[in-house]
Amino acid sequence: MHVIDRRRNPKSKSLGNRQRFLRRMKSHIREAVNQSIRHRKISDLENGQEISIDSKDLQEPSFHHDPKHGNRQFVLPGNKDYKRGDVISKPSSGEGGSGMQGSPDGEGEDSFSFVISSDEFLNIFFEDLELPNLAKKKLKSLTSSERVRAGFAKDGAPQRMNLRQTMRRSLSRRIALGRPSKSEMQELEALLSKALEKNDDVEADRIRKLLSSNRIRMQQVPFLDTVDLRYTRFERLPRPTTQAVMFCLMDTSASMTEQLKDLAKRFYMLLHLFLKRHYRSVELVFIRHTYLASEVDEDTFFHGRESGGTVVSSALDKMIEIVDARYPIDDWNIYAAQVSDGHNFDYDMQNTLSLLSQRILPICQYYAYIEVGDDIFPGTSVLWNGYTSLQEQHQNFARAEVNEAAEIFHVFHDLFANEHSR
Amino acid sequence: MTNKRLLYHGSEWDFDLLRHIYDACEEIAVGELGLNTYPNQLEVITSEQMLDAYAAIGMPTMYRHWSFGKKFAREEMLYRKGAQSLAYELVINSNPCVNYIMEENTATMQTLVIAHAAFGHNHFFKNNQLFRQWTRADRVLDELSYAKKFLADCEQRYGLDAVEDLLDSAHALMQQSVDRYAPKRQSTSDKKQKAESRANYLESTFNDLYRTLPTSTDRLAKPLTATEEEAKQERNTLELPQENLLRFLARHAPKLKDWQREVLEIVRRLAQYFYPQRQTKLMNEGCATFTHYEIMNRLHDRGQIDQGAMLEFLHMHTAVVTQPSFDSKFYRGINPYALGFAMMRDIQRICNEPDEEDREWFPEIAGNGEAMQTIRQAWEEYRDESFVMQFLSPRLIRELRMFAVNNHSERPFVSISDIHDERGYRNIRQQLASEYDLSKQDPDIEVTDADLKGSRRLVLTHRVHSGRQLNKEQCKRTLRHVANLWGYRVRMLETDPETGITLDEYEAMPMP
Repeated sequence: MHVIDRRRNPKSKSLGNRQRFLRRMKSHIREAVNQSIRHRKISDLENGQEISIDSKDLQEPSFHHDPKHGNRQFVLPGNKDYKRGDVISKPSSGEGGSGMQGSPDGEGEDSFSFVISSDEFLNIFFEDLELPNLAKKKLKSLTSSERVRAGFAKDGAPQRMNLRQTMRRSLSRRIALGRPSKSEMQELEALLSKALEKNDDVEADRIRKLLSSNRIRMQQVPFLDTVDLRYTRFERLPRPTTQAVMFCLMDTSASMTEQLKDLAKRFYMLLHLFLKRHYRSVELVFIRHTYLASEVDEDTFFHGRESGGTVVSSALDKMIEIVDARYPIDDWNIYAAQVSDGHNFDYDMQNTLSLLSQRILPICQYYAYIEVGDDIFPGTSVLWNGYTSLQEQHQNFARAEVNEAAEIFHVFHDLFANEHSR
Repeated sequence: MTNKRLLYHGSEWDFDLLRHIYDACEEIAVGELGLNTYPNQLEVITSEQMLDAYAAIGMPTMYRHWSFGKKFAREEMLYRKGAQSLAYELVINSNPCVNYIMEENTATMQTLVIAHAAFGHNHFFKNNQLFRQWTRADRVLDELSYAKKFLADCEQRYGLDAVEDLLDSAHALMQQSVDRYAPKRQSTSDKKQKAESRANYLESTFNDLYRTLPTSTDRLAKPLTATEEEAKQERNTLELPQENLLRFLARHAPKLKDWQREVLEIVRRLAQYFYPQRQTKLMNEGCATFTHYEIMNRLHDRGQIDQGAMLEFLHMHTAVVTQPSFDSKFYRGINPYALGFAMMRDIQRICNEPDEEDREWFPEIAGNGEAMQTIRQAWEEYRDESFVMQFLSPRLIRELRMFAVNNHSERPFVSISDIHDERGYRNIRQQLASEYDLSKQDPDIEVTDADLKGSRRLVLTHRVHSGRQLNKEQCKRTLRHVANLWGYRVRMLETDPETGITLDEYEAMPMP
């Protein structure tokens, strides 16, 4: 009889099966993920999710009897008081009081729920945004870490041996186990020679015995033993990074439909995910504006509806006000993403541009302007034209037109490109 | 009873202890119960690996397919939510017999699992007639690793999709791809002997006069036309009618490539491997449960496990052998562990302490005093259906308060046809036995016609018994799988074998 320990075997033998399963379910899972994005908070993108799929592709059909047809006899346990010949009317749902007819895999499987991990979730999310692999890796990788000293270990690489600690332990062990020191031995030798000079045989014998027993002891208790060895230990700690604040600016006048807001939300999510990889803490500030701006919570931001004209500078004013009040520039990295359908009152353009180039862009790491909506003539909106000059003058300004989720990534492309140059 | 040393205290275990436990169980199983098993291999795994093994239909190696991933996802979900606990044993019918045991188990659970699987199931696999006829325990693992490798190569060579579609189709037909009658395993010497004796017989009875007798067919039967003759010939070469769908398709589907035929054969062999297990679920679990019950009790009598362990064991044991009644929300059909165990104990009782009724019903075993031998013989020779037919006692029918129900789909009510009384025992026993008869439970489907010369249409026939027709939706979709494998149009006829009337008809075309 053999006992074999298989616990060390590579985990998740079914990984291949799971991948095949997800691959088959892809379209359904993607749909479920998209649905769930609508209901998620921007900052909550990294949790896995329970997904429920209702699909024909899940069933594995086989030939089997339909319990609704034909005559069946079956035996049941646990009779209470039925007599032979009793009749019991069936419940209207058809099948009466029998679990014996359980069909093999297939029926009763209309909806199937299971959990997908955060990695799988992000994969699908990224796929929709058409992120290149490199970027995916970057976003999913952990924060950088650095080595810090962390006490001593009993084993390690020889070059990390800590002599001081090792010798301390060696010394205390030698004292505890009574290993005679070199000086003690020399003293004894000196005494021995003295005794021999005095021809004191008794004393000489005593010292000789002492010397020989000491020598034996010296051999038994080594000067340095493996138990003394201590090595310097290092631990990898996530590198402390500073904090960032992300301003989400959005035009919420009537022309921004739910669908456009959905696009905006995806962009914000991606940006937030990106920032979280780089900063220990990321705060979100939502500013919505029509002709006047207000700071709101996330829910109101995406689902509230207002009407009125559009004055972009109001939102910029608000942002500056909040930065001054709560986010000192020395402690915070400031990011801003503005989403709009490109409308702005003409008289406000001048003001908007000066606010951006004088006040905001100098203190921002990055300012992204996303124009959503399907213009028949792209690149003709008021804001778009107005921002052309900014694009030329400022490194940290990017603008893009987005009509569907897949285009969102282009905006990020600049950001990643800047990564290297920074 | 001999007083021995306790095997363990508390719940901790290590590998040495597993060996001691195993040896103690073996002493009882072989020495006292007279079991005869394959050599064992215990494999310690984590709960996650147990889930893995579950999803791959309990096999240690298995080819890859999305359906196992689906199964895993579902099991994991149930397990996480606590809706279902993991089985704490899994055993493979192979030589050596592989037993999985989980590291989270207590020492008592490990003892229980070793007794249950390594001796109970193992003995059943090795000795039961069906398994001996159908499965080659020493080849199973090789076969599986071959299948895994072969399919992985196919995926590399022909693409994931091609392999997946093929497996989907093959899996859909698994239930209809088993041989129900034992293969004739004749040795060549037997064959020679048979042929010789036949020749001898012909020689000894030869009389040239017979040749001159006019045969009836000469005068009465019209000679077959050429085309009819050809069709008949073709039917012979196609071995029609054929009830093993995968075998038929693997051999005769015109469009399949060689690797596809091999894949169908792999899936067919897998279905065949599981067929005896489907036919002996009740007996197999009954045997394992009875064995662990005997071993645990005897360990306790010998002083090898203490009171606490015994209580822990009984707690688990009763959970396993509970039979909820039909109106309980926990009712999931007759629990094979419960009925199997109860029947084994019942046989034990009939052999050792029979009463009048038992002597009347089981004259050949009542009071023979050879309980273990009688039970071992039953394990060897029966399958669920015949076992119930032979050994279900009136006393047990009373204890479980069994009753038989008649359900006509056309009638608005179900009727009670028999209850646990003198008039009902035999009917209930017969009824219950037929529920374990897979040849009655699985739909009776055959390939009846295949036209290779003309339209290449394949015809399947489902012989409908007592009006039980196929589930329409599932039938359509499964038939599409048949069409995909066959490569041309496929028809399914549902006929009533008594009247010959066709009740329903399906057609399917292969996917382009």
